[in-house]
Amino acid sequence: MSLQAESSQPVLQSYVGFDSITSQIEKKLLKRGFQFNVMVVGQSGLGKSTLINTIFASHLIDSKGRTQPDEPTRQTVEIHSFTEEIIERGVKLRLNIVDTPGYGDQVNNENCWEPIVKYIKDQHSSFLRKELTAKRDRFIQDTRIHCCLFFISPTGHSLKPIDIVVLKKLTEVVNVVPVIAKSDSLTIEERIAFKHRIKEEMAFHNIKLYPYASDEDDEQDQKLNESIQDLIPFAVVGSEKTIIVDGKTVRGRQNRWGVINVENENHCEFIHLRNFLTRTHLQDLIETTAMIHYETFRSKQLLALKENGQQQQ
Amino acid sequence: MAHRIRGRKNAKKGFQFTLMVVGASGLGRTTFINTLCDADVVPKRECDEPEMAHVEESIKIKPYTVELDEDGIKISLTIVDTPGFGDMIDNEYCFQEILGYLERQYDDILSEESRIKRDRRFRDNRVHALLYFIAPTGHSLREIDIELMKRLSPRINIIPVIGKADTMTPSELVDFKKRVMEDIEHHNIPIYNFPYDPEEDDEETVEENSELRSLLPFALIGCEEEIEVNGRRIRARQYPWGVVEVDNSEHCDFAKLRFALLSSHLQDLKEITHDYLYENYRTEKLSLSSGEESE
Repeated sequence: MSLQAESSQPVLQSYVGFDSITSQIEKKLLKRGFQFNVMVVGQSGLGKSTLINTIFASHLIDSKGRTQPDEPTRQTVEIHSFTEEIIERGVKLRLNIVDTPGYGDQVNNENCWEPIVKYIKDQHSSFLRKELTAKRDRFIQDTRIHCCLFFISPTGHSLKPIDIVVLKKLTEVVNVVPVIAKSDSLTIEERIAFKHRIKEEMAFHNIKLYPYASDEDDEQDQKLNESIQDLIPFAVVGSEKTIIVDGKTVRGRQNRWGVINVENENHCEFIHLRNFLTRTHLQDLIETTAMIHYETFRSKQLLALKENGQQQQ
Repeated sequence: MAHRIRGRKNAKKGFQFTLMVVGASGLGRTTFINTLCDADVVPKRECDEPEMAHVEESIKIKPYTVELDEDGIKISLTIVDTPGFGDMIDNEYCFQEILGYLERQYDDILSEESRIKRDRRFRDNRVHALLYFIAPTGHSLREIDIELMKRLSPRINIIPVIGKADTMTPSELVDFKKRVMEDIEHHNIPIYNFPYDPEEDDEETVEENSELRSLLPFALIGCEEEIEVNGRRIRARQYPWGVVEVDNSEHCDFAKLRFALLSSHLQDLKEITHDYLYENYRTEKLSLSSGEESE
């Protein structure tokens, strides 16, 4: 009795053509366009708006910082949502940027994270309601936050108590990508030490950052994810201004002692962050939001509804 | 306002000066103190275990005394550090702590003054100036900045400074300084702005003071280590894109501020503290107690 050999795949006698499904899908998706919702969280003055504009290479949002003396300081966290459609080689990206001005800016920042967490959950909630409607839209508009960029102040010491509290709360409901803002105030040595501390602290508090390991990952995916996890938090510098360096026009910052080239990997990790967000993990960020965060929310809600229903009977 | 007097006769005895430094952690406060004294006055913050990161540390008031020699003139400098300021989630408590400390020093003088037999060697611990570190946000003042300066300015000379100023380009710095000063004016916050009288003071004084005033808030960079640049050993920060020199006036305002604090304006700051700030406190305190007695 011979063990059955590995189930043999049938061999196609002639070309069928179903391999074109990938381009069929692509065509459909190109027509529909993509939706990406990104939130920025951090104290004012950390370069959040500038970084978004640098990542997407266009002036998308304005800084909400306080610039006029008669402008009062914000007393609460506000949620500002802004949508813009950008196109690259025929691919339409509907980009929704959610800014959170006022976070961490008050003398008393108790519970400043609540409006933010509530907003994130509200988007899940709204999506769920649309899903459960008897007559629902063919394509439910997705306002769920796919990525939350968390801005860490470049103190060079460690995370602040408020950072720990907020990271814990955010990582429960959204993909969080931490960045060290304005990292041009840290020397390379300081940066390395700072990152190391932050990683230690996040590990100690069991803060689960994106990307998450998945069973679907092959070796290549695993390696990529590991290298990303190594880099996190990304030490970034943003700039919308361009400077000429060696005859080339680059985005950077010009000081009396030198020029910081945002796109130079030796200067900062902007390129890595940009590629991570747009070139390697864009689709995954959208997918894990739906598959993990939304699913968690959904099952909790439905279980609660079920229990409520049972109690009432 | 008091005139600035160069007290040369005290050169041998030396001067005493107390400076308080306030600012959120991570703005270069400790490094500044060590850079100012060119010594390890405040020990480098030993990074605690990761378990401590979420623990909220309340503000502490820590005085350190150093003996400096400024061009042959001895200065006994006391620096009061305030670690923990602005680090908690709720920072309401910070202001009261600092204010309490400043007023306690005034109270000590007040009670010493009223003694029948006064102690000749009584140590005057009044704080003559407060350097307040503003974060280099590029926008304007934060709520905590406005609150602190408003609450403390009646009791002390406040000199606002920008910490870690090497994160800003020259044009950003110009804009930021302008906005901060406009903000300070708008909120009617009386800071120490190198006062001068164009009619009474000589040209040199007017020029010197208006230059210092134009630098407010002072852009600071701190560095305790020396590195070798072009064959010289200087205090500087080495970045991949260049070297920032602490003592270079083109790079930051550290040198100018240091000279103002420890040489040119040391007397003025002390006089304003004694003749004006302390006097006001004294009047308020005494009229309060006499008001209570008359009831």
